[in-house]
Amino acid sequence: MNGLLAVADLSGDPRRRAHDRRMQRLLGSSAFITIIISALILFVLARGSIDFLKSIGWDLGVLRDSSKAPGWFPRRERFDLITIVMGSVLMGSIAMLVAVPLGLGTAVYLSEFAPTRVRKILKPIVEVLAGIPSVIVGYFALKFIAPNIVDPIFSPDQSRNMVVAGLAIGVLVIPIMASISEDALRAVPSSLREASYGIGARKSTTTIRIVLPAAVSGIVAAFIIAVSRAIGETMVAAMAGGRDGSGPRVLDPLEPGLTMTAAMTNAAGGTDQVNSGAPFQVLFFVGLLLFMMTMGLNVIGDRFVQRVRQQY
Amino acid sequence: MPIVTDSQRSATRTQVRQAITQQNRHLPSIALSVTLLIAVTFTLLTLFSLLARIVTQAIPAFSERGVSFLSGTIGSEPDKVGIWPGLFGSFSIGIGVLLIAVPLGIGAAIYLEEYAEQNRLNRFVVVNIRNLAGVPAVIYGVLGLIIFVGWLKPVTNGGTVVAAALTLAILVLPVVIITSMEAIRAVPMGLRDAGYGVGASRWEVTRDHVVPYAMPGILTGTVLALARALGEAAPLIMIGAITGLLPETSLSGKFTAIPMLIYSWSGRPDSSGGNIGWSNAAAGAGLVLLALVLVFNIIGIFLRNHFEAKRVGT
Repeated sequence: MNGLLAVADLSGDPRRRAHDRRMQRLLGSSAFITIIISALILFVLARGSIDFLKSIGWDLGVLRDSSKAPGWFPRRERFDLITIVMGSVLMGSIAMLVAVPLGLGTAVYLSEFAPTRVRKILKPIVEVLAGIPSVIVGYFALKFIAPNIVDPIFSPDQSRNMVVAGLAIGVLVIPIMASISEDALRAVPSSLREASYGIGARKSTTTIRIVLPAAVSGIVAAFIIAVSRAIGETMVAAMAGGRDGSGPRVLDPLEPGLTMTAAMTNAAGGTDQVNSGAPFQVLFFVGLLLFMMTMGLNVIGDRFVQRVRQQY
Repeated sequence: MPIVTDSQRSATRTQVRQAITQQNRHLPSIALSVTLLIAVTFTLLTLFSLLARIVTQAIPAFSERGVSFLSGTIGSEPDKVGIWPGLFGSFSIGIGVLLIAVPLGIGAAIYLEEYAEQNRLNRFVVVNIRNLAGVPAVIYGVLGLIIFVGWLKPVTNGGTVVAAALTLAILVLPVVIITSMEAIRAVPMGLRDAGYGVGASRWEVTRDHVVPYAMPGILTGTVLALARALGEAAPLIMIGAITGLLPETSLSGKFTAIPMLIYSWSGRPDSSGGNIGWSNAAAGAGLVLLALVLVFNIIGIFLRNHFEAKRVGT
């Protein structure tokens, strides 16, 4: 050693470097577990769907019940896909009729109109709403929305119907709609608002003509992600939707109906259901369909969110 | 002869003053404000009527039964049931989530933010995690049914609380990862540079500086994930939670959880003449669940404040 530093001296203690590499591998493997989870989800759903298709002899006609009273009756080996897809779409649409005005209105108020003090109180309240478990919203649907709102106004034949479930799912997705659109509205630079005020525009004009159009991609994202959540919601649809596989072809939302999610819980949790055969395996097929629908919606929604980030 | 008469001038002055002080009545502005206020009021009204309904319905269950509502077991008579098996199941699930999802999630977040290079594979991992966060809970139930109840039967002993905890841990893993990543990303670059500058390795910088600094955010995400796991019922239906009779609670036998009790009890008719109907029992369980979720949120806020105070102090 003549007092000069060699490259080896700068590279640090080999034991510490080895430890660093070990940690990197350990942490990396926990990140790659998520890929394995996705692969397993796809594998399980695909394998089950193939089993299902095998057990109905690859006869896709079974999925479109052409009898006089079509419906979803797995135990009688009648799998009318339109029934449950329409159930999900109908309840999802009712939910969005609730969630869009209330969620977007709350978001615009929070972002554009609320004084700081009000906002500080209101925003945590919306977050509390977001944290309420869906079974509790299901209870609310059965014990409040059905007897106190839907029964007196529409007097349906059965108090568990698609309107009740749809309204409750709407309550559940209000916070999603509100928080994603609020993020988008707040991402609009204040210079745009100031320019608008500078030429004499009112607050209402600025909000409607400047801020909302500037935030439109975020609001679209909020809508798409909320739709995906509404279609994937299980508990409220199972508790309050009526779980009746003969409904939605009638297209009357005051009838009880069955969503794709509720059909899946029926297949798995039926009282004396055997864990084999087409009536059970159909849950994988419905699951795969649901997975692809929500995944597609989420990917499109995420694109819109990214667009907001890039713009501002 | 002046171009602008006095009367015209005064009218203009009034108009300007009104416009500046916003005293003028502009119908579309009022309409917008009223619409927004109605939307906010409805949202708040929904939340409060939900809470009020749960609390008022739950009061009989607690006033008539007292502690025995918490310690009793489930059964077929609404005025005799208790939620102990549900509490046991939910606590076990909570512990399982803490032991599995939290370390895995934080580890993954550290890797993706601190170690991972910007390449196709790592970008794919991140996109995949975002997608997993949007997969409906019921699909995680299908996964749990096949993997944890079926394939891993030797470990979990079938549809037990162990299988439930594993399933819900996987369900909340993306939430833990995404919130932890955001917390780690918010750590100032200078902190890392200072660490590297005095010769610390990447792991040492991460362990001693990045993770402690990001801890408040990570804890908030953890608490939110825990609250979500405690409230989920759909995956539990899929893997076969019990709602009828459950004489004893164990890690290796049949199980239930509080959300399952709410699901099952709220569907039963309130026909009996007793003081406590099924809707009261369900509301009682609902109140306990809401309280648990709320307590976790308060713990999260407390921890966050604690860490933030410490950070300012040093």
